[in-house]
Amino acid sequence: MPRTLAQKLWDAHVVRSAEGEPDLLFVDLHLVHEVTSPQAFEGLRLSGRRVRRPDLTVATMDHNVPTRGGIRAADELSRKQMDVLTENCRREGIPLHQIGSRRQGIVHVIGPELGLTQPGMLIVCGDSHTSTHGAFGALAFGIGTSEVEVVLATQCLPQKRQGDLAVNVSGDLPLGVTAKDIVLGLIGRTGTSAGQGHLVEYRGPTIRSLSMEGRMTVCNMSIEWGAKAGMVAPDETTFEYLEGRPHAPRGPMWEKALEYWRSLATDQDAAFDGVIDLDAGKLEPHVTWGTTPGQVVPVTGRVPSPRSETDERALRYMDLLPGTALADIAIDRVFIGSCTNARLEDLRAAASVIQGRHVHPKVRAMVVPGSTSVKRAAEDEGLDAVFKAAGFEWRNAGCSMCLGMNPDILAPGERCASTSNRNFEGRQGSGGRTHLMSPPMAAAAALTGHLVDVRELL
Amino acid sequence: MEAVKQVAGRLAPLDLADVDTDQIIPKQFLKRIERTGYGPFLFYDWRARGNFVLDRPEYSGASVLNFGCGSSREHAPWALRDFGFRAIIAPSFADIFRANCYKTGLLAVTLPESQVRHLIDLVSEDPSVEVTVDLEAQQVRGDGFSYRFEIDAFARECLLGGLDEIALVEKHDADIAGYEKNRAKWLPTVQ
Ligand code: SF4
Repeated sequence: MPRTLAQKLWDAHVVRSAEGEPDLLFVDLHLVHEVTSPQAFEGLRLSGRRVRRPDLTVATMDHNVPTRGGIRAADELSRKQMDVLTENCRREGIPLHQIGSRRQGIVHVIGPELGLTQPGMLIVCGDSHTSTHGAFGALAFGIGTSEVEVVLATQCLPQKRQGDLAVNVSGDLPLGVTAKDIVLGLIGRTGTSAGQGHLVEYRGPTIRSLSMEGRMTVCNMSIEWGAKAGMVAPDETTFEYLEGRPHAPRGPMWEKALEYWRSLATDQDAAFDGVIDLDAGKLEPHVTWGTTPGQVVPVTGRVPSPRSETDERALRYMDLLPGTALADIAIDRVFIGSCTNARLEDLRAAASVIQGRHVHPKVRAMVVPGSTSVKRAAEDEGLDAVFKAAGFEWRNAGCSMCLGMNPDILAPGERCASTSNRNFEGRQGSGGRTHLMSPPMAAAAALTGHLVDVRELL
Repeated sequence: MEAVKQVAGRLAPLDLADVDTDQIIPKQFLKRIERTGYGPFLFYDWRARGNFVLDRPEYSGASVLNFGCGSSREHAPWALRDFGFRAIIAPSFADIFRANCYKTGLLAVTLPESQVRHLIDLVSEDPSVEVTVDLEAQQVRGDGFSYRFEIDAFARECLLGGLDEIALVEKHDADIAGYEKNRAKWLPTVQ
């Protein structure tokens, strides 16, 4: 029977399957961070269990970490959460990239970077944006804390089989339009629940032409349109990215792995439960105006008239009037960061817009690299100097202002151009207002002090 | 997991769609390392603005809540439970949110929009209305109505039996060990 990529990945991880029960799947890599794990470790301890495969488990600190001033800059509860993670990892023999260490960073940035994320794997983490790793042709999804405990104890996870969807993207991306606009455009068209309960494969020539970074951006936001996981079949771009990374296979193992990885594509006649077609050639840079990622329009557009109570609530929260041109919306803050858009390529794209220009005097802008390695690499090529000369703050790696769990937050009423993935009420700080967009778009907004079409600056 | 068979009690109406976990339990309260104590922070930002429905005296002590949506934050169901809710009813839930609810023994029940609307109207008019969410019979019922709901059979069984998921998986240890032996050699390990 012809199978889709998602079905192949699923089948390869079934430990046991029985009628009327969820499949039992084996987890190849379990990523752990400080926020969703303490209760799981506590549960293990109370039931006298140990971590079954510490060698398949990796921990990092990202959500709570201050992006300057080190751990001492964290509030007491955050510090406690980080200390507890350190202690749990020490006790169970789990490698931990803690704050201040060379490889610390956002969990979804360091997995790929270290070569731990590979095609064909099943990867889970107590975090919604685990879908990012699907960019490598892996099956990757977020789990809750109880499930974290199950995986720690058994390295397995009972899961109900899901249906699969295809998103076909064709057409050349116009200048100034990025992977972020593909996924924002998609969510704008389909809404925030079209992917509900599905494994999604992003396909087509446009996806093939994206770098690994771009593919990660698209897969990252799968959860934002309800999908359980997003993935892209591995190809030469994937292999090239992986070769030579610290945990990538070497020598004869690399050859064997390659052979298997090349089989990870949807078979010719395999059927999807649904297919969505998207013409990237017609895409414009997108910006959200509301409080869900689905409330999004091209930057050349206007704030739409509300079509539901949810829209009205969003307009009130965002303090916007229908009909306002997006380009007339002034901003106070700019955040370039998060697991969606804080890899080296993202920082390069933003820097190329900023080069030789200056941040608007009314704007406070910051760049937060996704990992300590990204930060180092960016500094090696002088990107930090470009940002700093323009008036950006250059921070240490972490989730930072993607969510207000660390000292980086918006003040009530502040409006932010952000490269992150969620614009929910209060996400970046209580009362803060978030507009999601690509790194070049956020860079452009920093320079002009309002939402703006980056193409005007290119 | 605690066994749940049925929940009977008063109903609190939260007449909003697209309720996300950032609203249910704002991130500044995710720093606890325990599973308990989140109740006071439930819907914190909305309650801080005053006159929030859950703070109205007529709905205090309700054990069933009406609403929708979510992310992977299991702290959200913990907060709902801690606040006193044992069941929630909505036209839809994000999958991950529903799964997390079951894991904490919180009954997340979906009913068609018209029936949810009926419940909200009913309780808005008379806050003393009581409903029963019956998992065994798969029914939400009250005075003069009874609505059937669907639920995944396996999830239902686990909830009814209060089954420990880890213990269930551990029963298949031989299968797991067998699978482990045959994993490809190139797969990464971190030690
Ligand atoms: S950067 Fe944002 S979305 Fe990504 S893991 Fe951190 S908090 Fe979650």
